[in-house]
Formats: sequence, structure tokens, C-alpha cells
Amino acid sequence: MNINLTLFAQMIAFAVFVGFCMKYVWPPIVGALAERKTKIAEGLAAAERGHQEKARGEQQALELMTEAKATAAEIVTQAQKRATEIVEEAKDDARAEGSRLVTAAQAEIDRETNRAREELRERVAALAIAAAEKILQKEIDVSAHRSLVDTFAKQL
Amino acid sequence: MSSSEMLTSQGYIQHHLTNLTLGVHPEHGFGFAHSSAEAAQMGFWAINVDTMFFSILLGSVFVWFFKGVAERITAGVPSGAQNFVEWIVDFVEENVRGSFNSKNPMVAPLALTIFAWVFLMNLMDLLPVDLVPYLFAQFIAVFGADPHHVFLKVVPTTDPNATFGMALTVFFLVLFYSFKMKGVGGFLGELTLQPFGKWGMPANLLLEGISLLSKPLSLALRLFGNMYAGEMIFILIALLYGGSVVLNVTGGLLQFVWAVFHILIITLQAFIFMVLTIVYLDMAHQEHH
Repeated sequence: MNINLTLFAQMIAFAVFVGFCMKYVWPPIVGALAERKTKIAEGLAAAERGHQEKARGEQQALELMTEAKATAAEIVTQAQKRATEIVEEAKDDARAEGSRLVTAAQAEIDRETNRAREELRERVAALAIAAAEKILQKEIDVSAHRSLVDTFAKQL
Repeated sequence: MSSSEMLTSQGYIQHHLTNLTLGVHPEHGFGFAHSSAEAAQMGFWAINVDTMFFSILLGSVFVWFFKGVAERITAGVPSGAQNFVEWIVDFVEENVRGSFNSKNPMVAPLALTIFAWVFLMNLMDLLPVDLVPYLFAQFIAVFGADPHHVFLKVVPTTDPNATFGMALTVFFLVLFYSFKMKGVGGFLGELTLQPFGKWGMPANLLLEGISLLSKPLSLALRLFGNMYAGEMIFILIALLYGGSVVLNVTGGLLQFVWAVFHILIITLQAFIFMVLTIVYLDMAHQEHH
């Protein structure tokens, strides 16, 4: 319990410990703590940025999707319109083809009719000549009266 | 009373409160004091070997442990020992930030050293009072010394030399920074020109001088007084041993209860010493207060 040299020895020991702590212990620990603080702050900022990016990306995706939907709807409308047009065109074509066919058939019929009539006329002429031959007997020269008979046949 | 059955209660207490003092005795020459009276006769030029040994040992433990962690420290995920060290450093730094308003890179490490060192020195109080002194006496007896006259105080903070050593160092720091921050004139003016103005100079100097000198005195005596009283109670409780079974059991129970309570005191005293040091240094740094 006496105050003696220990007092000074303790002061020196204390100063040495404080000096050591100040030089080798405190700075690295506090430095690491500060560094971690910075890291955490950076991490939080990055997370925040990520959130914003994500929101923006979602927004963009939504916009793209809406746009795509609108385009698709437009395309479908156009396609339907085109399809209707095509059907209409096909109908028109078919109608035209039908009437053309009908006309062609009519012409054929007419031609056949004429041909049949011509043939009939010739046959009738031949028949008439044969009949006239029989009627006139040998007096009538076929070749001399040929034009006469033809004229007659044409009047049939 | 393990060291001797022949000791009286008074002798036992006396024995526990005497440091292992090495010095030059006017009659016996250089050597260890064999009684507290001899230690007193050695005067100033003697050294308490036990106080020095345990305080430096504990200080080295603190420095070694913290340095070891500081070398391996990472800013990533901390592991066990680093967690513990960071917790303490954070605690100290928070206190410094709360109480110390100027910039000085020395204050926080100083506060940490005080807190850890004082705590470790106080912690020695929780060792059973007789354990280390008994082992030491037995060890010394091997070399032929008389174990009855071998003293050992394991708690350095129950030696006023240790507490005054720290308090005076802090006091010198306070003086140094007072002069450095306020200038010689500013500091002397602070001591003499308030609270009564320049006509009350002697009264001012008396008041401010007392308030200045009371800082190291209160720092040292508060720690010393608390630890000394705590140690004394452990010793008194230890006196119960060696009696009847009832006394032994009572003594054991009291030791335990007091030890649990003492955990609070040793932590609190370390904390108070640290906080007051910070506050005193803060006052030394401030221009006006």
C-alpha cells in the first residue's frame, strides 16, 4: 500500500500499451469496420439499382407486349380483310368463268345447229334431186339442172 | 487460511494486503520485504513485483489478443474472435464519439486500452483469494524461502500505484492537450478568470485548481477504493473457512454471491475509468466550457 517506484513503472507500462494499441491494434480494426460499412452501403445501393432496373425492365416488357398485341390484332384484321377480298375475287372469277362457259356452250350449240341445218339442207336437196330424178325420169340431166336444184334446195 | 494455521485473522488479512515488494531496506539491504512494515521502510525506491508482473501480463494478453485479431481481420463476414473484438471496439468507439467532440486519433485507442486493461486487472479479483498466493508460496518454498513471508497480490488495481499510475498519465495528457489546444494563456485564463471574473483571481485559482486536481485523484481513488473494498470482502468471507461445516457452506455461498455481484463492479469500474478519461480529455480539447 506504499506509493513507490511502481507508480512510475506503471505509468511507463500504461503508455507503452496505449502506444502499441494506437499503432498496431486500433487502425486495422477500425479500418476493417469502415471498409465493411462501405461495402454494405455499396451492396445496398446495388440492390436498389437492381430493383429499379427490374422495374424498368418490367415496364419495358409490358410496353413491348402491348405493342406486339396491337400489331398482331392489326395483322389479323388485315388478313381477314384480305381473305374476304380473295373470296370475293374468287367468286367474281367463278361467275365470269361460268358465264364464259355458258357463252361458249351457246356458241357451240349455235354452230352445231347451223351445221345440222346445212347438212339437212344438203340432204333435202339430194333427196329432192333424187325425187325429181324419179319424177322426171331420164329427161332431166343431173348436171344440166344442178344449179336449179341447188337454188331450190337453198330455199328450203 | 490455507497458507498457515498459525495466522490470526488480522495476520491473514494483513498478509493478503501486502505487496511483494522488492527494494533496498535500510537494515537488511537489497531484497524482498518480509513484512508490510519492511516494505514501508523501503520508501520510494522499491517496486511491487506482483503488481508489475500481473499488470504487464494482463496488458500483454490484451495487446496479444487484439493484435492477433487485427492481423487477420477481414471486412467480410467476421468469425468468432473477430466478432468479439469488433463488439468491444464498436462499444468503445461509440462512447468516444458520444463524449469526445474534437479530433484526436489517440483518444479512442487510449480508451480501449484503459477499458480492456482495467477490466482484465479487475477480473483477477474473481480468482479465489488464496489460490494464486498459495501456489506461489509453495513454489517459492521449493527454493527455501519461508512461505509465511511471501506476499502476493494478484489484483493490480488494488495497488494504488497501478491506479495512480494510470490516472496520472491521463492527467498529464489532460494538461498537455489543455496547453496545446488553448495555449498557455488560454489555459491559465481558464484557471484564473472564472467563475468570478478577474477580481476574484485567487478564489478562481483555488476552485479551478481543486477541480483540476480532483480529476486524477478521483479517477485513481474510485478504482482503487472499489477494488480494494471488493478484495477485502472476499478476504473477510474467506475467513469463514476452516470453521464448522455450516460456516464453510455459508462462506462458499457468500463467495459465490459476492463474485456474481463483483462481475458487475469490475466491468462498471473499467467502464467508468474509460468514460471519465474521455470526458476529461474532451474538456481539455474544448476552447470554452
